[in-house]
Amino acid sequence: MYAIARQRILGQSFQKMRPAVSVLRSYSSAAKQITVRDALNSALDEEMSADPKVFLMGEEVGEYQGAYKITKGLLEKYGPERVLDTPITEAGFTGIGVGAAYYGLKPVVEFMTFNFSMQAIDHIINSAAKSNYMSAGQISVPIVFRGPNGAAAGVGAQHSQCYASWYASCPGLKVLSPYNSEDARGLLKAAIRDPDPVVFLENELLYGESFPVSDEVLDSSFCIPIGKAKIEREGKDVTITAFSKMVGYALKAAEILEKDGIYAEVINLRSIRPLDRSTINTSVRKTNRLVTVEEGFPQHGVGAEICASVVEESFAYLDAPVERIAGADVPMPYAANLERMAVPQIEDIVRAAKRACYRSVPLAAAA
Amino acid sequence: MASAFSATKFAAHPFNTISPTSQNKPLKIPTAASPFLGSTRKLLRLTSQLNLSRRSSGSVFAVSDVVKEKKPTPTPSLLITKGEGLVLYEDMVLGRAFEDMCAQMYYRGKMFGFVHLYNGQEAVSTGFIKLLKQQDSVVSTYRDHVHALSKGVPARAVMSELFGKTTGCCRGQGGSMHMFSSEHNVIGGFAFIGEGIPVATGAAFTSKYKREVLKEADCDHVTLAFFGDGTCNNGQFYECLNMAALWKLPIVFVVENNLWAIGMSHLRATSDPEIYKKGPAFGMPGVHVDGMDVLKVREVAKEAIARARRGEGPTLVECETYRFRGHSLADPDELRDPAEKAHYAARDPIAALKKYLIENNLSGEAELKAIDKKIDELLEDAVEFADESPLPPRSQLLENVFADPKGFGIGPDGRYRCEDPKFTEGTAHV
Repeated sequence: MYAIARQRILGQSFQKMRPAVSVLRSYSSAAKQITVRDALNSALDEEMSADPKVFLMGEEVGEYQGAYKITKGLLEKYGPERVLDTPITEAGFTGIGVGAAYYGLKPVVEFMTFNFSMQAIDHIINSAAKSNYMSAGQISVPIVFRGPNGAAAGVGAQHSQCYASWYASCPGLKVLSPYNSEDARGLLKAAIRDPDPVVFLENELLYGESFPVSDEVLDSSFCIPIGKAKIEREGKDVTITAFSKMVGYALKAAEILEKDGIYAEVINLRSIRPLDRSTINTSVRKTNRLVTVEEGFPQHGVGAEICASVVEESFAYLDAPVERIAGADVPMPYAANLERMAVPQIEDIVRAAKRACYRSVPLAAAA
Repeated sequence: MASAFSATKFAAHPFNTISPTSQNKPLKIPTAASPFLGSTRKLLRLTSQLNLSRRSSGSVFAVSDVVKEKKPTPTPSLLITKGEGLVLYEDMVLGRAFEDMCAQMYYRGKMFGFVHLYNGQEAVSTGFIKLLKQQDSVVSTYRDHVHALSKGVPARAVMSELFGKTTGCCRGQGGSMHMFSSEHNVIGGFAFIGEGIPVATGAAFTSKYKREVLKEADCDHVTLAFFGDGTCNNGQFYECLNMAALWKLPIVFVVENNLWAIGMSHLRATSDPEIYKKGPAFGMPGVHVDGMDVLKVREVAKEAIARARRGEGPTLVECETYRFRGHSLADPDELRDPAEKAHYAARDPIAALKKYLIENNLSGEAELKAIDKKIDELLEDAVEFADESPLPPRSQLLENVFADPKGFGIGPDGRYRCEDPKFTEGTAHV
């Protein structure tokens, strides 16, 4: 599949880019490669082994080894009391997870995709996110809701929505979205240890991708701070913000732009809520141009929030209007060519960056 | 199972209701009919459609039978001691007087928003909650003031919360519909009906998990989930009946069937209005009890809670009760038949308990009046306390969104990252 071939190229180009980015650390020479799936699995395994209060709950997480094999091997290791196969009752089992979290257990609730979380969204918002506030700090909810988010390949409108902006608009939730294996491991471990409800948005197409990780990442105490973005690639001409799969596309676009003499700074958001406004604004003050990239619907999306934040805090520094790249404003179509048009592609990001730099570009002709 | 629920016989309450004016004859319920009461004509049409012979199987029945069997007429053995009786009386009077005071305060403008009062249903709250330990949990709906009071949250704290003052049990941030007290294990207070049921099931799950996985051997905490008749048509209710029975969780599902969901009669909303029958469909006992009689409720509650504590799993208890006031203080309450209201007012649980205590020489007028006075003084004090308490300060607006002070999460050393002064510099390079 064309999309998957692209992913492989991204993996290699990421490796080539490493020397430009390693500002603070030198990595061990033999960097190990692990897939995002293995990163998530190892994170769950280590956190369950470290804390007996952590347990997993979801459809097919046990005997089926996980609908996407993220929880493979965990049932054998920890038993059915800690890895619970649930009936198809999102509202019910999400609420049960919240009730368990009220009393100090640390559930990790898996949604087969975040589209199904809509059946449980009342519990995520009303009984998880709002409880610490409503009870004035008496009851905190250390729960993690995880699962694949956004478009996969050819799965149709009801299985392809991105929920980042919906959940990120709600106070009381932390919303994380990893890109590579390091993000996956570090953010999931941070999420499980966190005392607040965390929505952890993975991406199905990234599960099989391998990324190099250092020994530090493989250490069992490794975790990444929440609320801090990462600058994946430094640049001086335009800032590109992205999260999840779009980080890979943005990095690839940056490579293409470099050939035209445009040096793009790519920011991997990692945390949608709390949003790392200071990193984004610092970057925009340096480059003076901004392109936001996301897979979800454009209206009221993550890019809209980033644009508003930059306009509020760094207006005088902007040399061009903010360019917003998002999924098409339609339910996801099924036909392969339409689906490709409905999701941002690398050339869309390149074109937007060029527009932001006032280079003339041909009209969109992707098909 | 050998328990008080082994009887399968079923009997009707003899009940004559004054018919609606267009039908000038008294409604008679056929003897084998359900003890379901309601004043509309629709009941008669419905009972004739019910296949009554189905009810002979399964462990569902009317507790009024059981209670009658326990009390042979010549020398009645008492269901409660004097001490217990006074505790029950005081708790119900506290609930009633508190709610009446809420109505007064609301109309004086001290309380605002949505206020849902519990008048008439006190027997259910008192009958169940007074059997619990401190560590057992209670989950309720928006009609939660009296559940919180019965569980031990001080009247001062609840009243302040309703006034929106910073001394309230949730510092004024929750309000009438969101009573939380981690000390007393009252975990809400939920505005969405049906929302509390999965949360309660989760609390029960934790109790079992603590015992079996974390090996806290003495953890036998029970959870009670209170909810109404309208909720019993909601999907989450069935999802939780299924999972609670599947995993044998220590929970009791208590239905406070007051026959009305705002203005929607239970009979108009439900295909089969006998809610207790839904328990056996999921593999748990379903019990129907007269919720206007605190002693009957208490007998059923004892068995249900003991069952849960022994690890035998959940029970569904349907308490037939009635709210004397409207759905909320904003409800004009025009759809309910005055005759129905009068019928239930005559079965006021507090008057019934008072009568029982006096007739069985467990207490006297004077002692009970002294309790009434004590509660009145307690409430005067609570209102005064709430009145004089300060409003929340401006700085409180943004507090308590997260347990984590700055939202940066926990570091590898187990402490909050924001406690490291160097942390806020730079970006998240690893």
